[in-house]
Amino acid sequence: MTTTDQTATDPATTDPAAAEPAATVTDPAATATARTGLPLAERALRVRQHIVAMAASPEGAHIGGALSAADILTALYFDVLRVRPEEPEWPGRDYFLLSKGHAAAGLYAVLAERGFLPVEELDTYARSGSRLGGHPLRTVPGVEFPTGSLGHGLALGLGLALAARRDGRDNRAYVLLGDGELQEGSVWEAADSAARLGLDNLTAVVDRNRLQINGSSHRGNLADRWRAFGWRAVEIDGHDLDALSAALREPPAEPGVPTVLLADTVKGRGVPFLENRAKSHYALLSPTLRHRALKALAAASRTEQDR
Amino acid sequence: MTAHPQDLAAATGRDAFRQALTEHAGQDPRIWCCDSDMGGVAQGFGAAHPERYVDLGIAEATMMTTAAALAAAGKVPFVHTMASFAALRAGEQVKVDIAYNNLPVHIAATHGGLSGGHFGPTHQSLEDIAVMRALPHMTVVVPSDSATAARLVPLLAGLPGPSYVRLARRATAPVGPAGRPFALGRADVLREGGDVTLVACGPQPVLAALGAADRLAADGLAATVLDMATVKPLDVPALVAAAERTGRVLTVEDHSVIGGLGSAVAEALAEHCPVPLRRIGVPDRFCDRVGGHDELLAHYGITDERVYETALAWHKGVDVL
Repeated sequence: MTTTDQTATDPATTDPAAAEPAATVTDPAATATARTGLPLAERALRVRQHIVAMAASPEGAHIGGALSAADILTALYFDVLRVRPEEPEWPGRDYFLLSKGHAAAGLYAVLAERGFLPVEELDTYARSGSRLGGHPLRTVPGVEFPTGSLGHGLALGLGLALAARRDGRDNRAYVLLGDGELQEGSVWEAADSAARLGLDNLTAVVDRNRLQINGSSHRGNLADRWRAFGWRAVEIDGHDLDALSAALREPPAEPGVPTVLLADTVKGRGVPFLENRAKSHYALLSPTLRHRALKALAAASRTEQDR
Repeated sequence: MTAHPQDLAAATGRDAFRQALTEHAGQDPRIWCCDSDMGGVAQGFGAAHPERYVDLGIAEATMMTTAAALAAAGKVPFVHTMASFAALRAGEQVKVDIAYNNLPVHIAATHGGLSGGHFGPTHQSLEDIAVMRALPHMTVVVPSDSATAARLVPLLAGLPGPSYVRLARRATAPVGPAGRPFALGRADVLREGGDVTLVACGPQPVLAALGAADRLAADGLAATVLDMATVKPLDVPALVAAAERTGRVLTVEDHSVIGGLGSAVAEALAEHCPVPLRRIGVPDRFCDRVGGHDELLAHYGITDERVYETALAWHKGVDVL
């Protein structure tokens, strides 16, 4: 596919914000990614603003884990995944599975920003008749599988990666897990099988925010644990967008070995009164708190730009 | 190449199904086989179609989820495990990943009912039909002999959604001619009579119903015998027609009396043709008696004698249940 072709089919170019020329796509592996849009940090800010808005809707949202995953999701959808929002089932796509399905608000935000759904549809979140429930449904464009029951995503990624491998397709599968989710035994069944089957086209990302509902989710050395299961484990700052992009885009470093990125994150990241608090797991923000949260996000963004 | 009926008559339902699957996969490139360290599958399907065989190890939950993903990628996976592990250990994966998404994953389960025998309650499964029947989209089949088990393969592979099939571990006599009418969702009327309807699924229960029908005939009573191999969707028209003709229905199954064929029949009759019903199956308890399959079936009265005696006493107005 030529750059010209890609420009013609890349829906990011229909976004008024995506005015930069397609020439910024320099890596052939980026053919269907959206490197042409806003700077990643600005995109991540918009994703967080959407998440806050959803948490301020009548049902509230799993805001803490959505905010901790926001940079990972932004890097994936705007700089890594080969996807076509106008053709969600494009056979050449990379697969993404939100194994920590409760971070649905984060997924909806990034899917809307990327063009899979109208941004205005986010206003329907959790309201009667909406496609956007508290956990993702398969009826949402771009959602491969409904998730929410923890411990399913890695085996889903395994199956999709296995089918691609046996078909001779180069699709990659990315699975985002929570660190608390690693307590589910089925994660380790899948980890064992994926390594044994040599699926280096499968990449797991652990959103290591170190908190779950009842408190700490810290369980010792995770890298050692994954390595013992036959995985390549890489520890990374889960809020460093450029580092995330680079690590996620990297071709398999060791043939036949799946990779896990242990992404250190902050639960509630970007909203100081939520950060590092287990209680941010689920919240319904009042109008006042919504305002405070949006102000804090904007202030943090300005500080970032000044740097 | 199709399986030879004379070979199948001597084969277990499990072996007949697996052989048919390996052969049918030669014509249908969508078919995959997912194994969970079951033994026998690797040497058959795995050797014939290694590119479409995967062993997930002793990890039934992951096998179910992986199969769902394979199906989403256009494959038609047949997964192999034991009934207890399919229905309960990996039941949530079957529900969320397979049934909810209506994906064509076909679960081939052995050790259903009491067929685990002396392996005990951990390896028996008296609730698999109840669980699978409660899942939307799921087709539930219990073939009664090896010939029909083999004939199931292309039928299941043609379904748009998932199925659960219970396969026998031991060879039993065919319940009818190899070419008898057999279709998903259709009861096979093995005997027609006006005095009582016997509805059964699975090898020993159907054979018990047939044996009872023969004994009843010697006493001048004519039984209708339905091989209800497809428990879901239930052949309600055939059931209602038989119930209307005979006025009473007796079910026979190698399963708990809660939630299985007897319950499915009770629900359908209550709504469409309320006639007296009695259920023969395993009572609401675990079977911790050590013994072979036939011995355990006899212990719970899943035999032609018990079916015969129950039907005869019922006819005479002495209700033994």
